[in-house]
Amino acid sequence: MKLGYFPGCSLHSTAKEFDLSLKAVAGPLGVELEEIRDWSCCGSSSAHATDHLLSTALAARNLSLAEEQGLSRVMAPCAACFSRLATARHELAHDEAQARLVRPMLARSFKNAVEVQNVVALLQGLAGRIKATAKPLTGLRVACYYGCLLVRPPAIARFDDPEDPTSMEQVVAATGATAVKWSRRLDCCGAGFSLSRVGSVVRLGRAILEDAKASGAQAVVVACPMCHSNLDLRQSAMEARGASLGLPILFLTQLVGLALKLPPASLGFERHFVSAAGLLRAIAAPAALQLPAPRG
Amino acid sequence: MSEAGSSHVDSSLAGELCRATGLNVAACYQCGKCSAGCPMAAEMPLAPHQMLRLAQLDAREKLLSDPSPWLCLTCETCTARCPNEVDPARLIDGLREIVFKRDPAAAPLRLRAFHQAFLHQIRSHGRVFEVGLIVGYKGRTGALFDDVLNAPAVLRRGKLALSPSNIEGREEVRRIFEACQQTAARKEARP
Repeated sequence: MKLGYFPGCSLHSTAKEFDLSLKAVAGPLGVELEEIRDWSCCGSSSAHATDHLLSTALAARNLSLAEEQGLSRVMAPCAACFSRLATARHELAHDEAQARLVRPMLARSFKNAVEVQNVVALLQGLAGRIKATAKPLTGLRVACYYGCLLVRPPAIARFDDPEDPTSMEQVVAATGATAVKWSRRLDCCGAGFSLSRVGSVVRLGRAILEDAKASGAQAVVVACPMCHSNLDLRQSAMEARGASLGLPILFLTQLVGLALKLPPASLGFERHFVSAAGLLRAIAAPAALQLPAPRG
Repeated sequence: MSEAGSSHVDSSLAGELCRATGLNVAACYQCGKCSAGCPMAAEMPLAPHQMLRLAQLDAREKLLSDPSPWLCLTCETCTARCPNEVDPARLIDGLREIVFKRDPAAAPLRLRAFHQAFLHQIRSHGRVFEVGLIVGYKGRTGALFDDVLNAPAVLRRGKLALSPSNIEGREEVRRIFEACQQTAARKEARP
């Protein structure tokens, strides 16, 4: 299966391990990723918060490049990139006035014919193959964290149920791990305030991680580089009230990679702030997972 | 929408929001569901439904000088749950766009500086160079000694590139920025 790949800025920097682990699992799962040549930033929150037309045009440039490259579908692992590309595709199909403004800004012809997909949808579609290939991660309990833009707004994401999704849990089930039930899997982590309003990120992330911990999860699984950096890099600040969280934050592709028995070094775990070393040792051990019992 | 078929231009804030977003803020009947689910409502002087009410009342000065629109994370919870398809998240973007284009200094310094530094990265390189973003953000805010990031630890993990990755289509991206600015200027002159 050939699939267009839009890494976005984060997967080339702060979330390099998302890129590494995605590429590592793609081969064994029969997915050929073809990166969009000369892609540019999707515009992210800064474009749509200040100039809507700019946000559409920046995203449309990437869709037009994918089209020129002969790709019919593009997968954007970053939830924010996915949302921006899907929003542009949707609006250019439904808002003729905006489309008339954007088309002349693009340096090539553009039919708006490329579909946009997120990484969870991709892996959900491959769940059967994952299960058939996996050495089951029996005993591992993880909290599936969706955050915002994988499922919202429903008219754009057109993916899963916006209030009660199950796609990540299906992928986790295919790896043999157990997805815990918890409440805050659709709450916002603070997203783009990571530099400009750290206090909000810490408040929101703490509530999410305390809930995941209380639900018995040994790790949190995410599918967005911004969720990852907020919950991983800022986790020590979220622990400031004294209670230790110690929750490794894994990309869904890293979890799938472990189930496919890929060497952890190829999945980029050493790049995390909250060490997953204990988790990896337990997974490698022949006995069922012997991890410290969660609090509560 | 509201002024279709007439030469009259609705100069109210609701009219301006409609031109910016295609949405009708009058459709909000103040159920408050947006604010109930908003993760930032606790930090906002005006919760989402209050922002929409002030827009309906044309309370331009109060609303456009308030930090609340800038505190929206665009998590889209309000838009997903609105029972009347008002799309509060898009309307809040519309409020920010109006402020940013006319009087950016009215936006809270750090949040505005982040957006400016971020867009500067895209315009210069085609992609975001994080180190440049952090330097640009610090330069604009003067927050030189803020613990913005634990830089050595981030670098040690290979999470920051040391030089920008300049795309070949930089000129194309710059032209997109310019075309959008020209469109905005035309709309400002002749709404």
